[in-house]
Amino acid sequence: MNEVVRPEAARPTPVSSGDARDRGGKAQPILTAENLRKYFPIHGGVLMRKIAVVKAVDDVSFMVLKGESLGIVGESGCGKSTLARLLMCLTPRDAGSLVFDGDPIGGTSGLSLRELRRYMQIVFQDSDASLNPRLTVEDSIAYGPRVHGMASAEARALARDLLQRVGLRPELFGMRYPHELSGGQKQRVNVARALALNPRLLILDEAVSALDKSVAAQVLNLLRSLKRSFNLTYLFISHDLDVVQYISDRVLVMYLGQIVEIGPAEAIYRRPMHPYTRALLNSRLALDPRDRVETAPLTGDPPNPINPPSGCRFRTRCPFAEPICAKAAPALAKWVDRASHVAACHMADRASGHSRAGAAPPPLARHVRPEAIVSG
Amino acid sequence: MTDASFPLSLPSGAEDRFAAAPRGYWHTVGRRLRYDYVTLFFLLVVGLIALAAILAPLVAPFDPNKTSMLYRLKPIGYRGFLLGTDELGRDMLSRLIWGGRMSLTMGLTPVAIATSIGGFLGVVAGFAGGWVNMLVMRTMDVFYAFPSVLLAVAISGTMGGGVANGLVALTLVFIPPLCRVSEAATTQIRTRDFVEAARASGASTLSIIFYHVLRNIMAPVFIYASSLISVSILLAAGLSFLGLGVEPPTADWGLMLSTLRQSIYVQPLICALPGVAIFIASLSFNLVSDGLRQAMDIRV
Repeated sequence: MNEVVRPEAARPTPVSSGDARDRGGKAQPILTAENLRKYFPIHGGVLMRKIAVVKAVDDVSFMVLKGESLGIVGESGCGKSTLARLLMCLTPRDAGSLVFDGDPIGGTSGLSLRELRRYMQIVFQDSDASLNPRLTVEDSIAYGPRVHGMASAEARALARDLLQRVGLRPELFGMRYPHELSGGQKQRVNVARALALNPRLLILDEAVSALDKSVAAQVLNLLRSLKRSFNLTYLFISHDLDVVQYISDRVLVMYLGQIVEIGPAEAIYRRPMHPYTRALLNSRLALDPRDRVETAPLTGDPPNPINPPSGCRFRTRCPFAEPICAKAAPALAKWVDRASHVAACHMADRASGHSRAGAAPPPLARHVRPEAIVSG
Repeated sequence: MTDASFPLSLPSGAEDRFAAAPRGYWHTVGRRLRYDYVTLFFLLVVGLIALAAILAPLVAPFDPNKTSMLYRLKPIGYRGFLLGTDELGRDMLSRLIWGGRMSLTMGLTPVAIATSIGGFLGVVAGFAGGWVNMLVMRTMDVFYAFPSVLLAVAISGTMGGGVANGLVALTLVFIPPLCRVSEAATTQIRTRDFVEAARASGASTLSIIFYHVLRNIMAPVFIYASSLISVSILLAAGLSFLGLGVEPPTADWGLMLSTLRQSIYVQPLICALPGVAIFIASLSFNLVSDGLRQAMDIRV
């Protein structure tokens, strides 16, 4: 039902070492999203009739491969979090299909929602709101397994073990309440809570964005080591480009509810194809104070998602916009394997008729640092 | 941290400084109450009133319904009648003790029943949202349109007097405000991420409500309900005073106030006694509820 991808043999990006829970082969994507769409209606007027729709996620297709970390970046409001909620089926999708390791999600024959919850888990940005203030840390972690029928004592033992694994001593932290923990500790508990069901895919929705840099680095390192020991696949959503570069094997760039570019992290960060990606990368601040960004690489707010521009949605802010960009929406080129680097831009398509079509993308305005700041 | 593979951990032992005994919510509430002497004192008063009411047959010196033409409207302390006698020669102290029984019943029962019903409706409305919320809350708003005293009088006036009808009337009066409090609390909790996380763990709606929502709305609902007890005692007394609640000769503070008012020029002190009892009980419940609110209102 979905395309089985055969990656080339030697690639720097990791290939899953295989897992007993795999249904398809190692090369079968763990999650395939096809033409996902979510429009939020806006009601107004006296009769509360539908007067407009916000196209939060509009026709998004991609694959998450086994064992990889897929980073999703984009400005605030571009639909990253809605996408995460669609993937978790926390928000019903308007259209499109989801396939988890060969099994379609939902429908009569596919994977039930309850089964899906065991395989996919999510960690939210707000570490405090993600924990029930009236439950001890241990109870919060043990809740998931108990919902799935584990005995109370067993679930508690598991919770204590997981606390240990995320670097919190269970005898010290197990019986505490969330308000007795720091933000970083709370986010560790949230990671433990998400791991309690032994998931295959972990969605991290801005999981370290609210933490200060040093604590974020600790949690990122923790996530890295957990990925190995639990054989996890990550979907890492963030607006922080450095963090995404640090953790991701592949990166997906979103703009106004659509994918504009997808490819290996190194390729995206070194040779961005889409002008939006380039602008994002140029907007990063350097650690060297002499290396200043004098002009804003991207001006203005993103257009209103209620009424997005015709053709390419980025054309209103794009320095290379031409008449063709207003006429036709550029399609995302066919994605072939994990090394594919594709962009939804007329300049990347030789046959588009754009004057710069097929030309090499202009170099980044500033040298891209070889390492993210958190790699220490 | 004992995990050696974890590179950026605190030096070992650094966390032990924070190793305080884990404290639960109720433990903290108890600790805060222990130093609140005003609340403790009025808790004692409430306890004494409740004890006297429960043990009325044992502690009341006389039969509360035994009349005597010889000893009508005797003053306080007259021949063993510690608090005097009423217009039919019945012992005031005994009647006040037995009346407390009735008043406490009328104070606590409607609030307890209304808390269950109103709380349940509020949780359902708050959690379901949408048109269910609209339906429940607009229905409650209809009841809100009437002042509570008027509503209680109207309901028990329509259904007739008697204790049972009085209880029903008071319960109906208290359901809307309790429903509103629990709906507001539930709506606030429902949108928190931990409820989403629980859903993402595959928990059923029922499990989420019992495990996550109820724990969090308990404090506001409970605090509000406790503040309604004194209102309920007052309303019940008012109903009895108007002849809509308890019927004579049953001892009840409101009813006693009503029947004694003709004798106000003969024995003003005696006539005021049921009012004093209502005042003390209602004040005590109010202050205890206030103390509870302060102790339970822990921002976590």
